[in-house]
Amino acid sequence: MLLGDIAHVRTGDKGDISQISVIAFDPSDYALLQRTVTIERLLAHFANLNVRQAHRYEMPGIGALNFVLEGALSGGVTRALALDAHGKTLGAQLLDLEIEPGSGHP
Amino acid sequence: MALRGQPGDACRSPRVWSACTVTAAKTIRIGAGAGFAGDRIEPALELVEHGNLDYLVFECLAERTIALAQAAMLADPEGGYDPLLLERMRRVAPAAMARSVRIVTNAGAANPLGAAKAVAGLATDMGWGPVKVAAVLGDDVLDVIRAAAHPLLDKGGTSADLPAILSANAYLGAGPIAEAFALGADIVITGRVGDPALFIGPMLHSFGWDLADAELMGRATVIGHLLECAGQLCGGYFADTGRKSVPDLARLGFPLAEVSAEGSAVLTKVAGSGGRISSASCKEQLLYEILDPAAYMQADVIADFTSVRFEELGPDRIAVTGGSGHAASGTLKVSIGYDDGFIGEGQISYAGPGAVERARLALDVVRERLAIVGAPVADLTCEIIGVDAIDRTTSGAIPREVRARVVGRATSHEAARQIGAEVEALYTNGPFGGGGVTRSVRKVVAVASTLIPAEAVKPRIVIVEA
Repeated sequence: MLLGDIAHVRTGDKGDISQISVIAFDPSDYALLQRTVTIERLLAHFANLNVRQAHRYEMPGIGALNFVLEGALSGGVTRALALDAHGKTLGAQLLDLEIEPGSGHP
Repeated sequence: MALRGQPGDACRSPRVWSACTVTAAKTIRIGAGAGFAGDRIEPALELVEHGNLDYLVFECLAERTIALAQAAMLADPEGGYDPLLLERMRRVAPAAMARSVRIVTNAGAANPLGAAKAVAGLATDMGWGPVKVAAVLGDDVLDVIRAAAHPLLDKGGTSADLPAILSANAYLGAGPIAEAFALGADIVITGRVGDPALFIGPMLHSFGWDLADAELMGRATVIGHLLECAGQLCGGYFADTGRKSVPDLARLGFPLAEVSAEGSAVLTKVAGSGGRISSASCKEQLLYEILDPAAYMQADVIADFTSVRFEELGPDRIAVTGGSGHAASGTLKVSIGYDDGFIGEGQISYAGPGAVERARLALDVVRERLAIVGAPVADLTCEIIGVDAIDRTTSGAIPREVRARVVGRATSHEAARQIGAEVEALYTNGPFGGGGVTRSVRKVVAVASTLIPAEAVKPRIVIVEA
């Protein structure tokens, strides 16, 4: 199944940093997100993005992960030449990430 | 800090507010009237007329806006504040003043005092006075930044390495806003302040909180952060057909928070307005544009969002509890605006079979032409919209219509202009079937960040009466 089947996402920016939150629709899927949406998988999915450094923060209380991708916006909204200088579309591009359901899913 | 007033001062002002009994306020109702400078005005009016508000906040200052406003003020010393401010006030303030709804906005941008004078003038002209309009000054720290080299946060080097600094503004905290209300202000206009501070100021004033109480400031920051993008909490920037539905998106309502003296809140909106506040929309907004959720850096507190919980009390009624904080770092973030030359751009469309290949040929031609004419451009980026312009994955499906785009940097307007000129020349000199050329040159005001000691910043308040 795809990430978009079990989670929603929101993308924001801060300078040259893109921030993508991944939030389980059903909080009981948080452990699945935690296991499968790793920094390595996210960076492989965004192979064309020049990330300098990536962090993943865990928010079990609301069933969410927060990814912080430093250097992802080629200078950020004030300098970037990109059509989507904010990188606002990145989260949506993550929705087709393949998720391996564990034993708890069909 | 050069601020001395006490919350009780407001009770000696001519207009007596219910919240003058500072510690008696049990809950206050704060509405979010704008989430960015160009936001819609109707939802703010709807909030004032039907939200039973105590305060209305307009967040109108994006990161780079002050530098642009600084340039506007150079052209017109009376300008330099948000050009939409007076229109917002003309439409919303009369209803707000009639209901004793106090207003906070950062729309002062580079010139909060000029903005306050203009709003007071409008109040006089329109007859909705007497009104006290406060300007919060002191965020302009250009002199401090120019006096020494300050290490930059997001990249190597220092402020001294930046070409042509235009502006430097520190993110002030909530204290001066609360002080302005204590001095009896009806409308408070700031320049650069932390976005949550726009909401924390009213809480501080009404509840008589201690700014040094990091726990309370952390919770207040949660509430302010949730509200600061206005419509986004109510389902704006959220709808996804077939996955996340939002009713009546074209009439999206803006949120309000019923804030308790303990720093928890119920988030809701005006009954009958469009959109939906759900725990899902609240979770997205909680994490929006924050980095480490355990250390959200603000002027007044390092807020910790990890203990925040949402509970659905009913339709469009979400309780938010939790949040905490640690003492502020003693430094303030400063945004430095600087002149970064020009960006030139050209675009052209191709369609039908082979569209992508023709677009690639067109891009090759433009790249070669710019080399032949010797245009001094840098960071030239050539991409095909619909193929590789924003898709950072490797999916790579072939569409039947695409748009070739060339964009680059130059230090002169003329060099930047040549980029679009070479794209336009493709009409008669490029591949078959190109159409719909657009071209542009824009001046770039870039932003860099640094930190300065909080004591280097002296906020002050000027009140203009109408």
